[in-house]
Amino acid sequence: MARMKFLCDDERCIECNACVTACKNENEVPWGVNRRRVVTINDGQAGEKSISVACMHCTDPPCAAVCPVDCFYITEDGLVLHDKDICIGCGYCFYACPFGAPQFPQDGAFGVRGKMDKCTFCAGGPEEDNSEEEFKKYGRNRLAEGKLPLCAEMCSTKALLAGDGDIIADIFRDRVVRRADRDEKPATATAPWGWGKAYGDKSS
Amino acid sequence: MLLVAGVVWAMAGEFSSSLPRAELWRMVREGVAGYTAVKGQEAGELIQASGETWRQLRNGPLFTGGAIVLGGTLALLALFYLLRGQVKLEKPRTGIKILRWNLGERMLHWFVAVLFIILTVTGLTLLYGKAVLLPWLGKAQFAYWAQLAKWLHNISGPLFIAGLVPMILIWFKDNLWRPGIDWAWFKALGGLVGRAHPPAERMNAGEKGWFWLLMTVGALLSITGLLLDLPLFGLERESMQMIHLIHGVSAFLVIAGALGHIYIGTIGTEGALEGMIHGEVDLSWARQHHDLWLEALEKEGRFSLAKSDTRIERPESFFKPEK
Ligand code: HEM
Ligand code: SF4
Ligand code: SF4
Repeated sequence: MARMKFLCDDERCIECNACVTACKNENEVPWGVNRRRVVTINDGQAGEKSISVACMHCTDPPCAAVCPVDCFYITEDGLVLHDKDICIGCGYCFYACPFGAPQFPQDGAFGVRGKMDKCTFCAGGPEEDNSEEEFKKYGRNRLAEGKLPLCAEMCSTKALLAGDGDIIADIFRDRVVRRADRDEKPATATAPWGWGKAYGDKSS
Repeated sequence: MLLVAGVVWAMAGEFSSSLPRAELWRMVREGVAGYTAVKGQEAGELIQASGETWRQLRNGPLFTGGAIVLGGTLALLALFYLLRGQVKLEKPRTGIKILRWNLGERMLHWFVAVLFIILTVTGLTLLYGKAVLLPWLGKAQFAYWAQLAKWLHNISGPLFIAGLVPMILIWFKDNLWRPGIDWAWFKALGGLVGRAHPPAERMNAGEKGWFWLLMTVGALLSITGLLLDLPLFGLERESMQMIHLIHGVSAFLVIAGALGHIYIGTIGTEGALEGMIHGEVDLSWARQHHDLWLEALEKEGRFSLAKSDTRIERPESFFKPEK
């Protein structure tokens, strides 16, 4: 079975935030919650880099490890999904997650947390596929419809890729190999870290 | 130190000039924040590495360490009970009752005690429920209990603090450390082992130790609990992780202390529990366990020794027979 993955190519991301908006709209995400966000490092400086990030559907997910009620489950596609009926809103997954994926709609006074919400890879939740109930709690189940997550599908530069990890890796590898002449622009080298060492590029 | 820092700095500089991309991702790994249009605390941080550390510490040392501390305390107490048994009253009851805890003190004690037990059971549910309760309750049932437990824990916390504060006020004086008396009490192991009867005031050294454990570690537990309770103060994840771990460690210290306290107050000592329930203890009990307190009461003329049919081993002159 395929192992689903996201990959964001920082050479291509132009920080347009279309993925963020697409996700919010497609999944009708609760108020105050953004399942995806674009972060720009060194914003405004030469060589700034943008990355679109959401839940990375970790192989050994810290969120699931600390959840006191064991509400996470891993699908056969390798997606880390959760059951909102079981979630108690303790926030532990949010403390543990490296990517800031789990978020909480505020629920009542004193900042009490509601049920955790995060990216589902557009794969819904434990309810029946594409049922009204599933949509209300988790958003669209595009995977069940044979589609990929909308954020990646509509990315204009195809920086954000989603799908079978093997295929995505092939696409990315292909890009890297064909990328602009790295011997001539070492300072802004587009090659991955270590490329110069491995392939004899003297300048990087 | 400075030299090492300088060398590291120089190396880092070199590193950054030769490998700009490596530098960039190193910054990201270290949690340097970037810009994001999405509003939210720490939204600009791509990767927070401390989450994984927290996970390892909570699911590792806190989980196992806590179990060892609790299991070990229970085992020691059980062993002690088997070897020593209950500390019995050595003299028959006199029938003379001495007021030890007034109504206010008893109400406060039980208020704090009940909340403590609720907090312990519900807090432990969050840490161990998944391993212990979930397998036989099932996910849905357990989640129901866990939700209730979390809610109970969240509201009992502030109430517990509301009980702890007056407790420190009313029992502060009784618990001041008196080196002469209290070290001697500890050296004699409080009479728990052997047949010695170290003198004690209203609170013996053991009770004082428990009081101060509760007032220090318990206060730490309360403050960290309050901060966890109200995710309002804008604390970042790394602080919350630290606060959570301090809360966990202090919880186990205080629970272990409480187990000892409960043991001594119930099956460990004949006649101790009735004092906290009815307020009064028998004269024989008071003389056996808190002789200096009894003497002080005598001096104040709060009860009459003459009515007692037991005699004391301590010099008669300590007591003023009733005219
Ligand atoms: C007898 C005293 C207490 C004990 C034994 C205790 C124990 C615990 C334990 C074992 C945990 C779970 C740790 C984990 O799952 O990793 C916890 C969590 C927590 N405790 Fe306490 N605690 C006590 C007092 C308090 C107080 C006084 C407060 C608040 C004023 C408080 C607030 C919290 C909060 C907010 C959490 C996090 C749980 C959540 O957000 O769902 N606790 N406590
Ligand atoms: S929520 Fe965070 S920790 Fe959990 S799978 Fe997603 S990225 Fe990993
Ligand atoms: S907030 Fe919900 S999903 Fe996250 S750890 Fe707590 S119970 Fe689990």
